[in-house]
Amino acid sequence: MHDHHEDRWYGLFSRGARDWLRHNQKIRASVRENLPRLIAEADVITADGERRVRMPVRFLEHYRFRLARESEQSGVGQGSNVKPGDVLKPAQPQQGEGEEGAGAGGSGNGGFDFVLEMKLDEIIDWLWEELALPDLQPRHSSEIEDDQWQREGWNKRGARARLDRRRTLKEAVKRRAVTEGQPAFIDEDLRYRQLRRRPQPESRAVVLFGLDASSSMGERERVLAKSFFFWALQGVRRRYPRLDTAFIAHTVEAWEFSEEEFFQVSGQGGTVASTCFDKALEILDERYDPASYNIYFFYASDGENFPDDHQGAVASLTRLQGLANFSGYVEVGAHGHIPRYPETSRIFDEVIGDNGRGGRYALHTEDDVWEAIRAFFTRQAEV
Amino acid sequence: MRSNALVYQQEIEALGRSLGLDYFPVQFEQVPAEFMLEIASYGLPVRMPHWSFGVRYIHQLIQHRMGHSHIFEVVVPGDPGHAYLMDSNRDTENALVTAHVLGHADFSKNNLLFRRVQDQAGYHIVEQAARHAQQITDAMERHGQQRVERLLDAAFALEQHVDIHQDLHRTRYPGVRPVEAPPNAEDPFTARYRSLADDAPTEAGGSAPARAPVPPHPEQDLLWFIAHYAPELEGWERDIFLAVREESFYFQPIFACQIMNEGWASYWHARLLREADFLPQEMYVDAIKTHSDVVRPYGGEEQIALQVNPYHLGFRLWEKIIEAQGMAAARQIMSLEDDFSFIRNHLDDALARELNLFQFRTRRRQREVAVGDYDLDAIKEALLAPKYHFGAPRISVTELGSGGELRLHHDHRVDGRGLDPESARKVLGYIHSVWRRPVRLQTVNSHGKPVELTPAEA
Repeated sequence: MHDHHEDRWYGLFSRGARDWLRHNQKIRASVRENLPRLIAEADVITADGERRVRMPVRFLEHYRFRLARESEQSGVGQGSNVKPGDVLKPAQPQQGEGEEGAGAGGSGNGGFDFVLEMKLDEIIDWLWEELALPDLQPRHSSEIEDDQWQREGWNKRGARARLDRRRTLKEAVKRRAVTEGQPAFIDEDLRYRQLRRRPQPESRAVVLFGLDASSSMGERERVLAKSFFFWALQGVRRRYPRLDTAFIAHTVEAWEFSEEEFFQVSGQGGTVASTCFDKALEILDERYDPASYNIYFFYASDGENFPDDHQGAVASLTRLQGLANFSGYVEVGAHGHIPRYPETSRIFDEVIGDNGRGGRYALHTEDDVWEAIRAFFTRQAEV
Repeated sequence: MRSNALVYQQEIEALGRSLGLDYFPVQFEQVPAEFMLEIASYGLPVRMPHWSFGVRYIHQLIQHRMGHSHIFEVVVPGDPGHAYLMDSNRDTENALVTAHVLGHADFSKNNLLFRRVQDQAGYHIVEQAARHAQQITDAMERHGQQRVERLLDAAFALEQHVDIHQDLHRTRYPGVRPVEAPPNAEDPFTARYRSLADDAPTEAGGSAPARAPVPPHPEQDLLWFIAHYAPELEGWERDIFLAVREESFYFQPIFACQIMNEGWASYWHARLLREADFLPQEMYVDAIKTHSDVVRPYGGEEQIALQVNPYHLGFRLWEKIIEAQGMAAARQIMSLEDDFSFIRNHLDDALARELNLFQFRTRRRQREVAVGDYDLDAIKEALLAPKYHFGAPRISVTELGSGGELRLHHDHRVDGRGLDPESARKVLGYIHSVWRRPVRLQTVNSHGKPVELTPAEA
């Protein structure tokens, strides 16, 4: 006598599920507030947006007035073999059983945790909403080559010059694997590259990260730099679907690293920032033509730089910021550990000044990361 | 919706009426498990949406999926009454449930507390609650989900803080003009203007116009007070506060008579089945087994329970009363009393010992339970303690301070100790978001010293 039609009728009005979903939305909002800390610990910089972050959360509590807990509470029980003075040890405290109803104010110890899974992209979207951050402005299309011939799949017909030998061979191998005793190549195997004229809507960007890896940069400083880099990268990624990254660490010399190595690097000796700027210029020169890339440069340091390097650093940075959409400097370190007006700040101020194509921020704690990100992205939008 | 007759429904009803049951017609409805869980979570089939119900619902769902709970029925009093039965109940279970429902219907038509509330609220809570739900949905469309939600956070947090001894449709304090929203800071002109404009007769020689204080006495009905005296509450917001209050009035008798009511329904399902000679023998045996599952004192295999099953306790109390004093006297008790008088008047030594009731203290730190000396008064007190004041601490509005400040006071002497400060500050936060002026609460800390709590940041 089970009528599925009727079940659907009730299902349409599933208020329980609706209110549960609303609860979960609110949970997400409260998780969002803790994001800065969560992400500072997360081991992700270039993780793609599909990556999921799992975090355990508690049920939200709807508070009521309730009396302070006592160390002793009295109650009434029922049992045949119980004498006054007996001491009973309940095996397991019962979990929130029968706690509903107008009278039950919730015991407050409801240990039900559940795991919330979120896409990194989703988190980033929140953040942009939350901080009301604008999207980045790419450079005007006139500055960047507008369309490009781009490869797009293969065709069985085409100009001789575009024959894809490798692909053709693959097709032949596939065909011969299916049926024995076949000729080596037939016309059907031929594959030609297809080209299509495609506008490139200023979609390419490269982000260069520079890190002072000298001995004065401790674990704390690196974590701060890393979380700023992470968020800056996520923000840039929102705007540019095609994004390259390069990681440069330096002491008195600069090297390019993979992302994993980047944050492990620790060098001996002092800081010569110009080496880092030069390395960045070198990478741009080799791989990223400023005519077809939006370029972002971020540099993190504790602010010390060899005084002798001043002229060189200013010269290199001037060239670099001329090519980049934006050059940002984050000064990392605890309060008091940084001199009042550190050398590196002077360099950036001298080069960037008020031209709007760069900025600098001081990060003392994780909470400063948000301010810095906000400052960076709002400033960018005004350019 | 299935309202087709349940097995032996007519016969059971006829038998019930012949034995003196007196009730409004009951509409029986068999519903799927999901819907049943909702009714159990919300207390009503359709109720205002709020995220906190989502948490209750998911707890119910987990309990249900793990097989820990089996809800046979939920009864909603009214004229007609509504009974929702799990559609997976077996026929024998439904015979028992039908009889049980009639017991509840008899109780809610005749018990004074139920009658009082229903006379004021009408006998159609199901429809009213559905209308309230619609009201909320409309308000959300007009004013935004967040704003309505914040209002409900406050209203539902205070749902126990009503005074059911006052009228449901209680008006403002007599003789006192509505408080205008007092400006935060009065400039000299406004201050002078207000004193001039006050043409109420002032007491001879009085320099300032004497205003009747609001509230004239400590006010326990916080929902009512906020609805009528919050300086900036808009009309639709007040309506929602009063809608929550109305539902609270409806739930209060259910809470205050749980032991009596469940006991009465259990007594009647047992009795009706026993006398139902129309039931086949095997069905009777099966039903009696279900009965003993419902009214047993212990869960599972255990021999000791650290709580008392209200079905069991109420059932045994009624059996004893009816045996000793007869049905007429029992019906009199049923119509006049609530759990407080029921336990105090009728739980005697003989029954307490027969039921092996004991009183204990839980030591949280050691995670152990110490059984105390047998003491009937202590047992009664411990049974009733969670039920006082709708299960909530006694908090009242004592006065309105300058600038419209809301001053609350917790009666720690009667409650025996202070409030949990953390949750209290959160609730003050909810209140503050609707009162929109400063809010303060007096209670005591763990050393018994007076403390003043202010709202937690939202």
